[in-house]
Amino acid sequence: MTATSPTRTTGTGGTPAALPAPAPRERLIQLRPVTADEVYPVLGSVAGAIALVWVLYERVLPFTGAFGFWVCSYGMFLILYASITAMRYGPRDVADRLAGVASTSAALFALVVVLGQICYIGFRGWPAITHVNFWTQTMQATGQLQPLTSGGIIQGLVGSLEQLSLATLMAVPLGILAAVFLAEVGGPLGHVVRTIVTAMTGLPEIVAGLFIYATVVLGLGNRQDGFAASLALGVMMLPIVTRGAEVMLRLVPRNLREASYALGASQWRTVWNVVLPTARSGLTTVSVLGMARAVGETAPLLFTSGLNNFMNANPFSGPQTGMPLQIWTFIRITPTATMIDRGFGAGLALLLMVLILFTAARVLGGKAPGELTRRQRRRIARDAGRS
Amino acid sequence: MAVDVTVSGAPDGDRPRVIRTRLSVADVVFRNGLRLAGILVLAITGLIAIFLIVKASGTLHAVGWRFLTNFQWLLNNNDLGVGALLPDTIIIAAIALIIAVPLALMAALFISEYAPHGLRRPLTGLIDLMAALPSILWAIWGFYWLMPRFIGIGRWVSNNLGFIPFLKVPGQFQPTNFEDSPLLAGLVVSFMVIPIIASISREVFSQAPQGEREAAYALGATRWGMIRSVVLPYARGGMIGAVMLGFGRAMGETVVVAIIVSEAFTITTHPLQDGGNSIAAFIANQAEGSTPVLVAALIAAGLILFIVTLIVNAIAAVIVARSRSGAQTAD
Repeated sequence: MTATSPTRTTGTGGTPAALPAPAPRERLIQLRPVTADEVYPVLGSVAGAIALVWVLYERVLPFTGAFGFWVCSYGMFLILYASITAMRYGPRDVADRLAGVASTSAALFALVVVLGQICYIGFRGWPAITHVNFWTQTMQATGQLQPLTSGGIIQGLVGSLEQLSLATLMAVPLGILAAVFLAEVGGPLGHVVRTIVTAMTGLPEIVAGLFIYATVVLGLGNRQDGFAASLALGVMMLPIVTRGAEVMLRLVPRNLREASYALGASQWRTVWNVVLPTARSGLTTVSVLGMARAVGETAPLLFTSGLNNFMNANPFSGPQTGMPLQIWTFIRITPTATMIDRGFGAGLALLLMVLILFTAARVLGGKAPGELTRRQRRRIARDAGRS
Repeated sequence: MAVDVTVSGAPDGDRPRVIRTRLSVADVVFRNGLRLAGILVLAITGLIAIFLIVKASGTLHAVGWRFLTNFQWLLNNNDLGVGALLPDTIIIAAIALIIAVPLALMAALFISEYAPHGLRRPLTGLIDLMAALPSILWAIWGFYWLMPRFIGIGRWVSNNLGFIPFLKVPGQFQPTNFEDSPLLAGLVVSFMVIPIIASISREVFSQAPQGEREAAYALGATRWGMIRSVVLPYARGGMIGAVMLGFGRAMGETVVVAIIVSEAFTITTHPLQDGGNSIAAFIANQAEGSTPVLVAALIAAGLILFIVTLIVNAIAAVIVARSRSGAQTAD
């Protein structure tokens, strides 16, 4: 609740970087971002709301249930907080502070939902993934009622990784090339391409799967395999990567390009040596986030990959299921207790894959264009010292 | 890069010099290679649209306009349509939006306006992570965790707010009547829509001009007053666009609806009651044992879904491009 900081004292919107550097002898006055006047009313309202609602809700009125309790507590908190503020300030400040706590709690809610979801999947998936056989065996010889000490998801892991690699190989280079075309060449054709690609980002996932099924699977003689699945995933990824990469390329400052041209570089030299290296971290983020999106997609696999419970490491022949579809199979087609446990275990494995990709995207990329890593900065300093 | 530079207002007799840049061979190859990539992407994406239309045309010809209004799905008599599916799709998406829009906009406001500087990047990452969580995980979370906890709420709403017709669940109380409801599916879908709306609107909020913010503060506005008079008007177009994009995503959501809602081929009138459908979930449920005739019919249904999504996205794009907040991105 530290976010309900004062409005008038930090009125510049917080851009200290834009201020000129102070003379050495002057000392900046540190405005305390959070005052006691802001903290204690919030804490008091929270405590008061929970206590009051507990008395009314659990003891006086005939209600029970955690969900209703927290909803009522939140409403009571807003009322108490508004009244406390209204005792000292005018209606404008009441609205200001209510908006502050409401937006803070919306962000907190998102945090709680994401963490709760991750913890729940982790908690339910834990029993399954602690068995070594879960990572090393297939489901070929395991029936619905057999305990978790038998069977595993290796076929789904292998399928997902191979399909993801194929889809990435197809979608990322082409998407980035198309993005370079949109950002550097453009023209009327670029406008058409951008319009169509933007429209295609809205393509429902299931329709992408259906499209590949009707063209590739039925067109090439009714065979579902990993390659068809990776085509469907690639079709999903292509517009996402293209649009995202174009945005990243447009963030490269124009004067960098102009400096390169002024030094006599040709356009392709400029793109290769200036634009792409500058945008590298952004392009990495876009690609890896696209991969994280693709690895979790179930709908494109439904019609394309086929179902198998045996090991199939060849994406070009025979059905090759992926992790999301494996979960779908576990909990939808054969939902016995152990199968549901396996479903959650596979869910946890999928979650880990997504989290690894996501963390990789944040670590590798996520820097503004031109922002250097520590290593690059060191190298530049070294080079400068040598010359 | 053939650029003609003409200097206007030159004195008489002086002819403006025409400056032409000749592209080197490498550049010509480079630009044409890029153009080829652009055309390839255009061909692939355009192919999908054309192919969907071609494959769907057989079914659509046989059924005609009744495909949009027909409540049946009898494949053999060509007596089929999305009359029951399309309204349900829109109802679930609308429920998701009703929940997601206020939450997403407030969360975006927090990240761009209220959060301390050090928190902004982690919180943006959190929203990105929320978008990256696979839909199948949301589905099993909604089915196994949320659904049992939701029955009591549904019952309470039905008993106490049942005088509002659509909140009533008809018949005797049975827990199963309250499971598998479109409302629950809409709730879970809303968690998948929140990051889409939040990340776009956060982007737009943070672009609101600094000078106008400072002017509002200088006139004595509180922070919320500044947001209301500067940030929200500036971002209106971007916000509407974000909501429309979220709507498109919510309509296309497949797995959550397919797992949570039990299939029913009627228009949902009581969202708290079990049973419902959506085009995407219906297609997913037909994935086993599909024949060419069925696939053609499913593609026709998918085409309808795609067209509706496309219309929504196109309107969103127009709104964003026309608004002030789209000014920087319009080129």
